[in-house]
Amino acid sequence: MIAIRNLKKSFENKTVLRDVNLDIYDGEKLVIIGRSGCGKSVLLKHIVNLMQPDNGYILVDNIAIKRVGQKDLFHLRKQFGFLFQSAALFDSMTVVENIALPLVEHTDMTLKEINEKVAEKLELVGLPGVEYLKPAELSGGMKKRVGLARAIIMDPKYILYDEPTTGLDPIMAANIDKLIIELSEKLNVTSIVVTHDMQSVAKVADRVVMLHNGKIIFSGSIDELYATDNKVVNQFVTANAEGPIQPKPVTY
Amino acid sequence: MVEFIEYLGKRIILFFQQAGAVFILVWKAARYLSKIWNNRSLVLNQMLEIGVRSIPLVIFVGIFAGAVASVQTAYQLKGYISLNYLGAATSVAIFIELGPVLTALVIAGRVGASIAAEIGTMKVTEQIDALESLAIDPIRYLAMPRILSGFFMIPILTIIADFVGVLGAYVVAYINLGLPPEIFFGSVKEFFSILNVMSGLIKAFFFGGTTAIIGCYVGFNTTGGAEGVGKATIRAFVLSSALILLNDYILSVLLF
Repeated sequence: MIAIRNLKKSFENKTVLRDVNLDIYDGEKLVIIGRSGCGKSVLLKHIVNLMQPDNGYILVDNIAIKRVGQKDLFHLRKQFGFLFQSAALFDSMTVVENIALPLVEHTDMTLKEINEKVAEKLELVGLPGVEYLKPAELSGGMKKRVGLARAIIMDPKYILYDEPTTGLDPIMAANIDKLIIELSEKLNVTSIVVTHDMQSVAKVADRVVMLHNGKIIFSGSIDELYATDNKVVNQFVTANAEGPIQPKPVTY
Repeated sequence: MVEFIEYLGKRIILFFQQAGAVFILVWKAARYLSKIWNNRSLVLNQMLEIGVRSIPLVIFVGIFAGAVASVQTAYQLKGYISLNYLGAATSVAIFIELGPVLTALVIAGRVGASIAAEIGTMKVTEQIDALESLAIDPIRYLAMPRILSGFFMIPILTIIADFVGVLGAYVVAYINLGLPPEIFFGSVKEFFSILNVMSGLIKAFFFGGTTAIIGCYVGFNTTGGAEGVGKATIRAFVLSSALILLNDYILSVLLF
């Protein structure tokens, strides 16, 4: 279980997270929604200590992640898989080298065992036979799936998805959603998905939380999300231009 | 006036902050030296990239630096000192100054800038975050092999530059002045001192380390997308070159 307590984060003069409190339960598929720039990805990066809070703390299986030393932090991180928004594949490496990197670094597996495991994960994400391509030779959807294969190669307990369907065509986005659900069921992992793609939310979420102005303003099931009378949530969910959220005026 | 003092104060604080951050980077990288055997493939790859792949450039620069040294030394000696000492004069200049400094400066352009661009691109495309999320320390994986290779490969490149530099100087001396090889290399041998070569290599050791450290530091602190990477590349080259020349002065005072 992951417990986020009173998390605060500011960048220069802009406060991104204000006293965020959130429990993420084992095995659930939690989706965090909110407008672009509302702090969703920042929250996700705090969970694996890629960013450190100004105040507050995060407990991962009752261990305060910001207090542990580097060795324990890396041990904790092995329990996480992180799919980055841009997939963040290492462009000097082939697909197989990208996916195999954590195994090469953290296990004593033989080359044969590593290749077998990489092939197994590529099969799972529906991309067999691309082992020796470089990231530059892959489409956006393929990159995301390779990123996902890399994220799950160590059989993590938690998988964090940062806008997994952004920039993909609807069919590829549906495929990624299907993968998230399949992985969650097959590997019994806890999934935390950050997105503003409402189609994806409807398919994937066991529970939805919405971040707005650095605070969680909604937490509940998908049915509760659509039934809520919170006007901000309503406007976001129905993609309505009219409502309490208005884009900031552009000054020239 | 108050504004100026405020500005100056901020720049001084920033300088010490950055200097501190560079020392922390070096300290963190040095802590991984005890695990060098486990990271040998990373180190060997960087030695190949920084050292072996720079050889053609170093040979080119070395030959022409030697050739120019020969022409200009001959011009200065003419009428004052016998040209029989041309080999000695050029070789000493190459061993203690031209070899290490010119090698380091071209390596700052080729390697320092490329380290900053590579790590900087990884930073702005979240690849550094990806490494961390995979429980891999970017300082061990990226910085330590580059810094170590910088320290040890630049002296080796300098030996090559010294060798081809003297050859370049001889070729020009032979073509322009008709100086026979036994006279040119005889004077090189007569005035050859291993201490001169070693002092040049000590300089090269520090120049190489400085170039790699600055490349890594600038790369890890890159922000702002493609534009930021471009600026980081320039910054790494300018900073490395300036520090090479500053180191050159300090080491020259200490060594000679």
